[in-house]
Amino acid sequence: MAKYNLNVNGKKYNVDADADTPLLWVIRDHVGLKGTKFGCGMALCGACTVHLDGQPIRSCSTPISTLKATNKITTIEGISVNTDSAIQKAWIEEQVPQCGYCQSGQIMSAVALLKEKSNPTDSDIDEAMSGNICRCGTYPRIRKAIHRAAELMKDSGNSTGK
Amino acid sequence: MTQQNSRRDFIKASTMLAIGFSLPSIGKAESLHKIDTSSASALGIELNPYILINDDGKIILFNARPDMGQGTYQSLPLLIAEELEVTLDQVEIRNTDGQGKYGAQLSGGSSSVRTRWLPMRKAGAAVKEMLITAASKKWQVPVSECYALEAKVFHKPSGKSYTYGELVEEASKLEIPKEPKLKDQKDFKLLGKSVPRPEIPSKVNGTAVFGIDSDIPGMLYASIERSPTIHGKVVSFDGSAAMKVKGVKYVVKTERKMPHKAVEAVAVIADTYWAALKGRKALKINWDAQGSDKISTDAYFENLRNLAKTDGIEYKNEKVGDFNKAFGSATKKVEAQYETPFLAHAPLEPENATVWVQGDKVEIWAPIQGPDGLIPQVAAYLKIKPENVKVNVPFMGGAFGRKAYFDYVLEAANLSKQVNAPVKVIWTREDDTMQGPFRPGMLSAMQGGLDEKGNVVAHNHKIVGSSIQHQVFGNPLKNAPDDWAIETANTEDSPYDFASRKASFHLAETDIPILWWRSVYSSTTAFGQESFIDELAHAAKTDPLAFRLDMLADAPRFSRVLQTLAKKANYHQKLPEGQAIGIAVARSFGTIVAHAVTVSKSGKGVKIEKVVSVIDCGMTVNPDNIKAQTEGNIVMGLTAAIKNGITIKDGLTEQSNFHQYNVLRINEMPKTEVYIVDNQEAPGGVGEPGLPPFAPALCNAIYNLTGTRIRTLPFDIDNIG
Repeated sequence: MAKYNLNVNGKKYNVDADADTPLLWVIRDHVGLKGTKFGCGMALCGACTVHLDGQPIRSCSTPISTLKATNKITTIEGISVNTDSAIQKAWIEEQVPQCGYCQSGQIMSAVALLKEKSNPTDSDIDEAMSGNICRCGTYPRIRKAIHRAAELMKDSGNSTGK
Repeated sequence: MTQQNSRRDFIKASTMLAIGFSLPSIGKAESLHKIDTSSASALGIELNPYILINDDGKIILFNARPDMGQGTYQSLPLLIAEELEVTLDQVEIRNTDGQGKYGAQLSGGSSSVRTRWLPMRKAGAAVKEMLITAASKKWQVPVSECYALEAKVFHKPSGKSYTYGELVEEASKLEIPKEPKLKDQKDFKLLGKSVPRPEIPSKVNGTAVFGIDSDIPGMLYASIERSPTIHGKVVSFDGSAAMKVKGVKYVVKTERKMPHKAVEAVAVIADTYWAALKGRKALKINWDAQGSDKISTDAYFENLRNLAKTDGIEYKNEKVGDFNKAFGSATKKVEAQYETPFLAHAPLEPENATVWVQGDKVEIWAPIQGPDGLIPQVAAYLKIKPENVKVNVPFMGGAFGRKAYFDYVLEAANLSKQVNAPVKVIWTREDDTMQGPFRPGMLSAMQGGLDEKGNVVAHNHKIVGSSIQHQVFGNPLKNAPDDWAIETANTEDSPYDFASRKASFHLAETDIPILWWRSVYSSTTAFGQESFIDELAHAAKTDPLAFRLDMLADAPRFSRVLQTLAKKANYHQKLPEGQAIGIAVARSFGTIVAHAVTVSKSGKGVKIEKVVSVIDCGMTVNPDNIKAQTEGNIVMGLTAAIKNGITIKDGLTEQSNFHQYNVLRINEMPKTEVYIVDNQEAPGGVGEPGLPPFAPALCNAIYNLTGTRIRTLPFDIDNIG
């Protein structure tokens, strides 16, 4: 066991964990933020996607020891608990989630995409989102919602998706 | 909780009724990650089991069907709300806990709205009538001068109003009307409209509570190494290395109790899930496979093909005319066999359960499809009274049938009892993929006879495979065919006007754990049924749509679905060079769905250009959700058609995680259009009926494009014959 300093959604945490503990379980069970989900443990499904300094990563396959105290980790709870971000508004407008379990990861990947490309094409979306599995089959709505979020961001002049 | 007035179970306890239910409502972010374990919370006056109204105006509606993504968290409360004259943002929705007063609480068989639409509406209408009567008494005016709107009762002439909260005490003294007047469909404000689902905001900000998010003080985590082969016994195990993993507290022998057998297992229990998982990897176990290392899916299918050579047990109700005679004298005979694989459900939330056994009492927090079905199983397993089992029902992160099989809950119960602490068992993705239960592998052996005009004079569908009723429910099926297996191919669900018809079932017993999987047998039986209709159409040199319509003249709802499909999919227009269209139609769970799939050539394989779907599910609750479910069924049906099945060799499942058990991803998602046939019929199911006709529609399209007939699923869409 070792002590690690983490910055999650702008808050500092000091956690006691084994060096090989995946960030996913640190976020869920040490920090107590349950919005980030476990799906496969092998970086295959994207349910555990969080941002590390703005870049989407698979937290299930990121050992805590590889992180620095200066790294900024953003989880779904860091997007907006009030669901007033462009991406969340679009997700609600399009009624994207069914069971909803994969949607935290979907949204984290979508936010990262929109930061890179403020007006993504369908093929941009396919490329950026193909690492996120949805077993319920919400893919058509995810596509629509990302386009809608891009519009909302353009209207508000906000380019971060948040 | 005490009971005073048994007629209505309403109690005044400082005007509050306390009942033992502890899952917090959705939508209050601050309270969501700790499940409230306080034994009782003051809720309100229970006017019937599904409706509680507090005298400060709070209204709670109970949803008696756990939500696995199909929308029951909205659909059932919406049925109440429509008649009660409240909107969903005026109420709090809670899931029921398995108590008998709520009736059957299994989400499955696309049954939630189908079976509950009248009882739920009547519940809302009865309470509304009581509230209106209470108001008329308070005002001393005729009932006919009062009406309800948005959680208030108004007196029309004076414009005065009372909130429901102000009326609940008075209303609770009234008789419950037995036959309350239901609203006319034309007066619906909520039903049939695409009302936003109330839990969606919590599913986009991380606050929705799924089973895996249960968090009980003092909870330990467990990971379980089960027999790697289909069944097995632990000969010996060495947990010493596991115990050295920091955080590991116990290594204990345990079992996985399935309906048809129990297999042995070793569990590692630790302070954190990661420690439990590491400990599990350090276990050394000697297994006795008990002969199950000889089990293979290849041998299973070989057996099905052998069985298909003889007649199975006939479905007597499906018999039309004399098949043997008609087939014998048919001008043209067509025969074909279709095979569909074993499949894992692979819900994205793996099976998990948190259970706390305290003496002869137990509390459970788990994603499950039916709390009322779980209670007796847990009680029997722990040898305690059913009333001592308390179940909390969070959201399920997908289930598709899997979470109505409670092996993972019993595992957590076993371990909690052994270590005397709350224990959370979380299956890994590998556990979920490899351990089953699976959709059973099935074979359809088809025979069809045509006369000289191309009419179908004889049709035979022989279903060969294992039986869920037999294995899971112990139905011996000695001299009877499995009546579930014929769904979508029976005369009601596939009402083609064949001059003669027969169907039979051949039971193939197996130790491979099997279970219903989204749409149950309809997803396997419809493949043979609707592909073969296409084969017969081609044999008759008739357009497959015209061929179907001709035989569905006496089935107007089917004809209308197909005619709508033809229009929406531009079926009769000439397609661009190198494209073809295929269709299929199937009724399952009371709903008819037809798909038209347009494909084009792409290298050695085909590309899906577009899927157009038409659904007739009768009266609609939430049209947008019906579309969403149909889109989801296209995705799952396409995955089942072109991605890996489950194969077992030497007793071991050959697929372990999403790199080997591939599922459809967004970049493979075709364009979809879903249309609803609007009508006033009783509601049919929505969660499953879109799936069965998908694979045959796709394969029929591929035949039209390439001339290759696909009769075995899954197939490689990038490399067609």
